[in-house]
Amino acid sequence: MSLYTAETRRLSKRRFTRFFVLIALIVLGLLAGGTAYTHEKTTARTRAAAEAAADRAYQEQLGYAEQARQDCRKDPTSYGGNCDGISPPTRDQISAEQFLTPPFDFRADFPALVIAWAALLALVAFIIGASFVGAEWNSGGMMNLLLWRPQRLRVLSTKLSALLTWLAGLGVLSGAAWTGLFWLIATLRGSTAGMTPGAWQSLGLTGLRGLGLVLMAGAIGFGAASIGRHTAAALGVAIGVIVIFQFGLAIVLELARVRFYEAYLLPAWIGAWMVKSYDVVDYRAPCVYSATNSCEPPVLTITWQMAGGLFAAVSIIIVGVAMWTIRKRDIT
Amino acid sequence: MTAVLEISGLRKTYRGRKGVRKALDGFDMVVEAGQVHGFLGPNGSGKTTTLRTLLGLIKPNDGRMAILGEEVPRRLPQVAGRVGAIVESPQFFGNFTAETTLSLLADAGGVNPRRVPAVLELVGLRDRAKDRVKTYSLGMKQRLAVASALLKEPKLLILDEPANGLDPGGIREMRTLMGDLAGSGMTVLLSSHILGEIQLICDSVTIISAGRRVAAGSVADVLAGHTSSAVRVRLEPGVDLLGAAEMLRAAGAVITIERDHFTVGNASNPAQITKLLAERQIYVSELTPVSADLEDVFLELTGTAPVDGASRQVDQVGTQGGWGQ
Repeated sequence: MSLYTAETRRLSKRRFTRFFVLIALIVLGLLAGGTAYTHEKTTARTRAAAEAAADRAYQEQLGYAEQARQDCRKDPTSYGGNCDGISPPTRDQISAEQFLTPPFDFRADFPALVIAWAALLALVAFIIGASFVGAEWNSGGMMNLLLWRPQRLRVLSTKLSALLTWLAGLGVLSGAAWTGLFWLIATLRGSTAGMTPGAWQSLGLTGLRGLGLVLMAGAIGFGAASIGRHTAAALGVAIGVIVIFQFGLAIVLELARVRFYEAYLLPAWIGAWMVKSYDVVDYRAPCVYSATNSCEPPVLTITWQMAGGLFAAVSIIIVGVAMWTIRKRDIT
Repeated sequence: MTAVLEISGLRKTYRGRKGVRKALDGFDMVVEAGQVHGFLGPNGSGKTTTLRTLLGLIKPNDGRMAILGEEVPRRLPQVAGRVGAIVESPQFFGNFTAETTLSLLADAGGVNPRRVPAVLELVGLRDRAKDRVKTYSLGMKQRLAVASALLKEPKLLILDEPANGLDPGGIREMRTLMGDLAGSGMTVLLSSHILGEIQLICDSVTIISAGRRVAAGSVADVLAGHTSSAVRVRLEPGVDLLGAAEMLRAAGAVITIERDHFTVGNASNPAQITKLLAERQIYVSELTPVSADLEDVFLELTGTAPVDGASRQVDQVGTQGGWGQ
């Protein structure tokens, strides 16, 4: 327990940790501020103003059309010789909605913001997790700690559990604050209508999957940095995965006309995990006939269970290798 | 006396592209309780490998080790609370203060946090305790490392080059500290290259070369076992020093001529020198045995004495008597 306390303290005291949490909070704050700024509750006054703006726009369009007709009569060739085709839009084509600042609909809009929160926090968790153990290896702090507690597996697993618990705490607190903030934004600048118990449950499950993503990213960063005994090892792996497996592989698979090539790429799996399923459509394949829809391209559906299984397996393998290497290798 | 630390037949090999390298080749060491024990060896001789292996950082290929009567590495977790150690250069996370560094270690090791200010005071870092470690000089980091080793009030203190980076005052303080710790009943294993310090501080020594023990025992015993048979010969002023030396050399003496005297390296019977010189009406004004110090013994045993015009390579060990002898 004392080791766990020490590791939790160590993680919280690290400037790197504090800096990246601050950066994440600033980004989330800017996102919330931007959302609040670009949304507005629809009132009788704003609707009347939007109607007036739509009227003005319609009158302007009538004026432009009349001017074009006159120009056409003077020089029909510049209008293709046909002046009858010049007609102004009808009034119903210019609606007041086009001039309304949209309200923030909590039920419709917030799930995407939960995904943004989870993605940002997962990135931060990966970096903090990698740095937490990578800097210890690199500075020699890990060796020092092992002189005090010569139980390698216990030390590494305690560090990992301190990290994951800390990340879970950060996730829960920031998730609650995130939800509260947007509830406030929806109340002041939109609507919270339609938030039935079912809607809250769905939102909660999305949040839990987001928290799972954060923890898995933290564990993967931690494991990769421990294997490489340097923070840069994990960051290098991350960059390598993005450059080689995302951009490079995407190009190669597409050139090779591999079926459902998107299924080999990470975003499809992250998408499936966060929004419960992701359809990978193979537009190059012969279409599939059905009674209801005449011809549709074949679809491969990745479910959140499949994505969760994949992420869990990757996390377990990387952390397992990290545990195996610390147990086997000489610490020099 | 009780052995606090016992190593026998310790072997460690590394496999690399150039083949197998034996870092430890059947190394033995015994440190008795309450002693300050010097651990000497040239660079690459296996000192740090021994200490790392003893402390569970490196897995040995063979051999037996025990600390405070407990077999290690199997029982190391049980004994670690009674062993304070610094291995090689002091290594700490630079952005933490000394106080935070020690406080975290105290937490991790279940040590009373009140020990932190006490050990910082002891090593002279009280006034810099709240500064970040990365602002420390090497000597200050060394002091912090010693403080971390002392934090748990160990029975056995293992210090790898503790004087490294210290100024002369710091070296003297460290020497006094070692003496005080030993006086309080703590056993200290001290690895160092500063042989004069070792000779002053240590009760006993082990010398390692090429992964093997080449000498062990009390400092006096080790020096006595390698007493030089050389004598310094000084003649009366105005006497032909070179002529006298040549005469002795012709009789089989190994002579080294200095500015105002010469040394006979193989004077097993110094009376022979006076006899030969007196026969030529040459009289000596000084005939002094040249006593060996720990440095001479170390250089002889490890074969690492420098030779003019030659560069010794790390891991290069002389043959019997060492090159340059």
